[in-house]
Amino acid sequence: MAFDWLFFLEVLIAGLLSGAMYSLVALGFVLIFKASGVFNFAQGAMVLLAALTFVRLVEMGAPLWLAGVSTLMVMVVLAMLVERLVLRQLVNQAPIILFMASIGLNFFIEGTAQGVWDSDVHALDLGVPDLPIDVFGMLISQFDIFAAAMVAALVVVLAVFFQKTRIGRALRAVADDHQAALSVGIPLQTIWVVVWSVAGVVALVAGLVWGSKLGVQFSISLVALKALPVLILGGFTSVPGAIIGGLIIGAGEKLAEVFIGPFVGGAIESWFPYMLAMVFLLFRPQGLFGEKIIERV
Amino acid sequence: MSETAKPLLSVNNIEVIYDHVILVLKGVSLEVPEGGVVALLGANGAGKTTTLKAISNLLHAERGEVTKGAIEFDGEQIEKLTPNALVKRGVIQVMEGRHCFEHLSVEENLLTGAYTRSGGRGAINRDLEMVYGYFPRLKERRKSLAGYTSGGEQQMTAIGRALMSRPKMILLDEPSMGLAPQLVEGIFETVKRLNTEEGVSFLLAEQNTNMALKFATYGYILENGRVVMDGDAETLGSNEDVKEFYLGLSAGGRKSYRDVKHYKRRKRWLA
Ligand SMILES: Nc1ncnc2c1ncn2[C@@H]1O[C@H](COP(=O)(O)OP(=O)(O)OP(=O)(O)O)[C@@H](O)[C@H]1O
Ligand SMILES: [Mg+2]
Repeated sequence: MAFDWLFFLEVLIAGLLSGAMYSLVALGFVLIFKASGVFNFAQGAMVLLAALTFVRLVEMGAPLWLAGVSTLMVMVVLAMLVERLVLRQLVNQAPIILFMASIGLNFFIEGTAQGVWDSDVHALDLGVPDLPIDVFGMLISQFDIFAAAMVAALVVVLAVFFQKTRIGRALRAVADDHQAALSVGIPLQTIWVVVWSVAGVVALVAGLVWGSKLGVQFSISLVALKALPVLILGGFTSVPGAIIGGLIIGAGEKLAEVFIGPFVGGAIESWFPYMLAMVFLLFRPQGLFGEKIIERV
Repeated sequence: MSETAKPLLSVNNIEVIYDHVILVLKGVSLEVPEGGVVALLGANGAGKTTTLKAISNLLHAERGEVTKGAIEFDGEQIEKLTPNALVKRGVIQVMEGRHCFEHLSVEENLLTGAYTRSGGRGAINRDLEMVYGYFPRLKERRKSLAGYTSGGEQQMTAIGRALMSRPKMILLDEPSMGLAPQLVEGIFETVKRLNTEEGVSFLLAEQNTNMALKFATYGYILENGRVVMDGDAETLGSNEDVKEFYLGLSAGGRKSYRDVKHYKRRKRWLA
């Protein structure tokens, strides 16, 4: 029997598209980790908060754009609160303390999100149906294409923001050497608010995409767990690493499920990413694109 | 100092404590006149860096605190101001060990120095050219990541980055650290030029006493968190004890001022 290339491509593309969502969540981690040194356990809760806020506003009759803008404002306010009440208080503390604080933050955000809104499952419809269309003979979900385009657009906007703007440059400076950044007059507090807001935007996009696919419910905060293998693969400090790592994990798990799964009894999709990450850890602990440690002699 | 004009910077009898318990500066006073180049000298651990960080308020990020005394810049009390506010007022520190942003290009490093400025792109580009004028080498390396440039180029980048904030005063911490002697000479000459041509005042912390006194107009010697001596650069340079202990001109090896019985310490903080 000839190998069915068309089918292989179909699976690969579906995998890459769902991988784009993993990239997004991982990206949120990387941004916060680089700029404020926090391994942000609350990333998943931020996704939940964003999705829930958005869907509830839509249910209350707000048009999509208004719900989007309002949710963005909520995420910015969250960033300001985090800076005020957490980061500013814990400046100069050990990373583990910041990590613990983010665990607390996680429960706080989850609790608040579900307290203010509710803990039911909400259907989210962005107006693009999850129906397959025919692309060069392959069947690809229309929604997946839309989602991938949205992710790509976000990545481009972020890249331009980081590379070309004054604030973006300051952000990278803080990530590199926060003492030096302070010495040239870059106010760390402002930068932290900006970076947590950007992570909020990323969480919103991730929440919309995941929420449309799975329904907005508590379990979407667990997408953060999918980010972990992505981070191990891509490196905790690399933006391109998060993106490519997400794509690899997404494609890898789908291909493994379809082509290896049948031989081992199926259902390997759920653990394959972790295994891939572990194997990777053995050979390249700094990740695929782990930031080059510049050493001068 | 005997100038009648008010100094640009005056540090009055400050005490600095790290971590709430470690007393490092025990009453340091010094002045930098407008347009001056003042050297702050002393051995390892004397408190030079701490003094500069007290002025630029980078201390705060290291859990250090000015617990006594006052610092005045351009007629204003500044101990409570953030580094951001201080840079806007025209005091900026170039840290020991250069601290360039390694993953940013040389030019991006320079541009971060302009963060606090509100002026448009035009003024910033002019200043970029001004910096390249003083450090032509940086223009050649502008696209390289700072992490891959040489120690000398990094020192130039760090000074250039500070210049981009259009400072009245630069607090320059050990520019000679780890650099070849000719390079050090070059850096100091540029500092002197920046001083005369751009009107930037300098407070210069150095262990390289010889070089610092050659380019400075006035100097303070710190020991153990106290100013033990100060005077014109020439006076200090020709002082027997300075020669012996800081310029390495004696056969007897280095000792501390504390061992010198005949030396009359000048306690500025009592004056
Ligand atoms: N963050 C800190 N916490 C506690 N103690 C500190 C800290 N920074 C410096 N010290 C102590 O303060 C004293 C003065 O240090 P400082 O760095 O100011 O000296 P220095 O004159 O700049 O020395 P060097 O020539 O080696 O740079 C030293 O004894 C040092 O151990
Ligand atoms: Mg020092």
